[in-house]
Amino acid sequence: MEPAPAFALETRGIDKSFGAVHANRAIDLKVAKGSIHGIIGENGAGKSTLMNILYGMYAADRGEILINGREVNMTSSAVAIRHGIGMVHQHFMLVSPFTVLENVMLGAEQGFLLKASVIATRALIRRMGEEYGLIVDPDARVGDLPVGLQQRVEIIKALRGGARILILDEPTGVLTPQETEGFFAILRALRDEGVTILLITHKLQEVMALTDQVSVMRRGEMVAERATAETTREELAELMVGRKVLLDVARLDAEPGAPVLRVKGLRFTDADGVERVKGLDFEIRAGELLSVAGISGNGQSELLDVLAGISPPAAGSIEIGGAVIDAAHPRNAAGMRALGVSHVPEDRHHRGLVLPFDARENSILGFQDGPAAGAGFMLDRAHIAARAARHVAEFDVRPPIATLRAAQYSGGNQQKLVLAREIDAAPKLLLIGQPTRGVDIGAIEFIYKRLMALKAAGCAILLVSVELEEVLSLSDRILVMCNGEQKGVVRVENANERILGLMMAGVTGDTELAGAS
Amino acid sequence: MRPAPPLPAWADIGLLPIINIVAALGVSGIIIALIGENPFRALAVMMEGAFVYKGALGYTLYYTTNFIFTGLAVAVAFHAAMFNIGGEGQACIGGLGAGVAVLMADQFLPGVLLIPFAVIFSALFGAAWAFIPGYLQATRGSHIVITTIMFNFIAASVMVSLLAGPLMRQGQGAPETRPFSEAAQMPYIHDLLAAIGVEATRSPLNASLLIALCAAALVWFIIWRTRFGYAVRAMGASPGAAEYAGMNTVRITVLALLLSGGLAGLMASNAVLGEPHKLVLNFTGGYGFTGIAVALMGRNHPVGIVLAALLFGALTQGGTELDFEFQTITRETVQVVQGLIILFSGALAYLFAPMLARAIAPFTGRRPAR
Repeated sequence: MEPAPAFALETRGIDKSFGAVHANRAIDLKVAKGSIHGIIGENGAGKSTLMNILYGMYAADRGEILINGREVNMTSSAVAIRHGIGMVHQHFMLVSPFTVLENVMLGAEQGFLLKASVIATRALIRRMGEEYGLIVDPDARVGDLPVGLQQRVEIIKALRGGARILILDEPTGVLTPQETEGFFAILRALRDEGVTILLITHKLQEVMALTDQVSVMRRGEMVAERATAETTREELAELMVGRKVLLDVARLDAEPGAPVLRVKGLRFTDADGVERVKGLDFEIRAGELLSVAGISGNGQSELLDVLAGISPPAAGSIEIGGAVIDAAHPRNAAGMRALGVSHVPEDRHHRGLVLPFDARENSILGFQDGPAAGAGFMLDRAHIAARAARHVAEFDVRPPIATLRAAQYSGGNQQKLVLAREIDAAPKLLLIGQPTRGVDIGAIEFIYKRLMALKAAGCAILLVSVELEEVLSLSDRILVMCNGEQKGVVRVENANERILGLMMAGVTGDTELAGAS
Repeated sequence: MRPAPPLPAWADIGLLPIINIVAALGVSGIIIALIGENPFRALAVMMEGAFVYKGALGYTLYYTTNFIFTGLAVAVAFHAAMFNIGGEGQACIGGLGAGVAVLMADQFLPGVLLIPFAVIFSALFGAAWAFIPGYLQATRGSHIVITTIMFNFIAASVMVSLLAGPLMRQGQGAPETRPFSEAAQMPYIHDLLAAIGVEATRSPLNASLLIALCAAALVWFIIWRTRFGYAVRAMGASPGAAEYAGMNTVRITVLALLLSGGLAGLMASNAVLGEPHKLVLNFTGGYGFTGIAVALMGRNHPVGIVLAALLFGALTQGGTELDFEFQTITRETVQVVQGLIILFSGALAYLFAPMLARAIAPFTGRRPAR
């Protein structure tokens, strides 16, 4: 018997260009069998392109892919699946109204009648639960499951055909800290069973906690490979961006001024009649940063919308600079802006920017009716161009040209454009949602510094983020939401990831914590 | 399954429409060859018929004028992400507006007042006909495509009942109004040219062409140079961004539809005040629908729309010659050719885009910023 090849997956000189964009340059990658191999890099470093090539979605221009030492002509994802590769995409590809069983079975039905497939799939789901801890109710509707369980369904689907190599694209973006821990346990169990796992992520702590080996990509090239045990977060961060970065911002201690925002008993009910925000009470003072932490989908987004004037409150009141907004006196987004409220939305692609517009036109979005756009009914194009040029210069937008369409900037630079526009209004209150989602490390640092400068200038900031690290390093106080309810407000000195995680999961409120400590 | 590189704007606007037309003409040529005629001769006859014969250009531009109005109408709605299929009905009711204005006032108002009065009425009536679908879309979410299609039928029925009823010429059996007085006739271009000493062949071409070109310039100005146009484009490109920016989307939707309907209604200044000088049934003749293809081909930009309208005008006029010149090529065959052009430049507008993008990618060296 010949010795089994040591590498489950190997690439030699993979090259891929899209037009003139060289997304992958001569990528050599060796993934040891039965290991967890991390691939990290900034946005646009070429990670997803490489994974799509491995999974047969794109064809490489040059280079070879070897699976278990044999070259494979990866022409489609069907070929990849046949060679034992499974992939879990960042955005789940599940049919919500179907049950778990139906989703797992989808695409693998045998014969005219479903019965045999149903029996086989049910057995498969049970076995997955027993062997790897991928426990999930086969008869639950996928749409009713929390994302952590939906992800298990995706993994079962990926493993269904007997996959021995699992590619996971940013798998933990949607999970709570507790869910992430459980997820890691599953991955370790899979590894111990001999499954090779390729983990794409930008979260360095996960790489450190989970992987055996880590490869770093930068601008389409594989710049380094390290055994995880022999490297540090700082080194990896430096390799990713090609220079040293500050991961810890110097948080300014608040010198709180007068209250800017007062929220009392705020409630919001969505169009389907579901109450999303259930009675919030808090205030933010000038020069203070309050974070709203919570698992994504627990009412934080709706809170932002109500405060920004996009949705009207159902009950309770919002008081800003003497104006009171309640169900009887709602204000739209323009009305809130008039009160000095700026808003960096969570979703810059669908809200914060008009992607086909250039940076100049985007620089007046939300201010299109005010002096920023000129006088009279016409747009003052020279004035707008100067404004956009100023934003680009002051916020170090790259490339430093304001005539590009918003869609042509990278995520970090798009975020800088939005932030520049919103800060330019000299707001009394800044609402900012997921400021660093899809933003590379260099831009994250820049954005954090800007927020701190704004705080120092006396602006009240409300930050909504699912990144606990971010929340803990920027906030003065942290409000935790769970299921639309306010689980409590803690000062940052009294908070850590575990405490916040428990509150986010609805296990404890701040009162219990205060009693325990 | 591999994605094609992005198509540069100049190729999208300049090259792609030409390729589409060539493809449509190619397929048309095959059909004409199958009928047993020489496709190249047919093309030559068409070009001559559209541009060369005495008066041909006048006719071509007369049709072009209709297409400019309806193309602009579709484009304005497109910028607000609405598909106004109701150009036909709005033009119809615009004609009613012009007709009513003239019938009320042509006995006492002089031309200088009467014609602007009738033109404004045509726009107002067209806008009013678009208001209801626009309002329902903005406040009730009733889909504009459905409502405007239904309003086309309603408009057609309204016209029949009025022209066969209260507006019908006394003592006549035809469903049309009495002829307008001379004061209500849009001045002919050949008369205007004669006034400045230029000899031109008689044709139905009239001052409406100038109105159409002004309308094109005005649409450009409104869409790209005013706050309102900014809001229309922002809402059209991203409803979420419009909401985030605090725009009044109900108001913008209704106003954009009013503008769109008004432009369609203005077609009456050409097709009612310009030539027949009376209100007849079916004067809209499908221009409202073809306006969709004009707007698509013109990429919703006034300059592109004027050029696309010229092409469709030439097709309409040249097609008539084709029908006239060849025994075997009937009116229906000509409609097939026109239909193919609409198909290739409208519905299949991006059929060749990936191929073209791949073909030119090595030469452009364009890279989208990451």
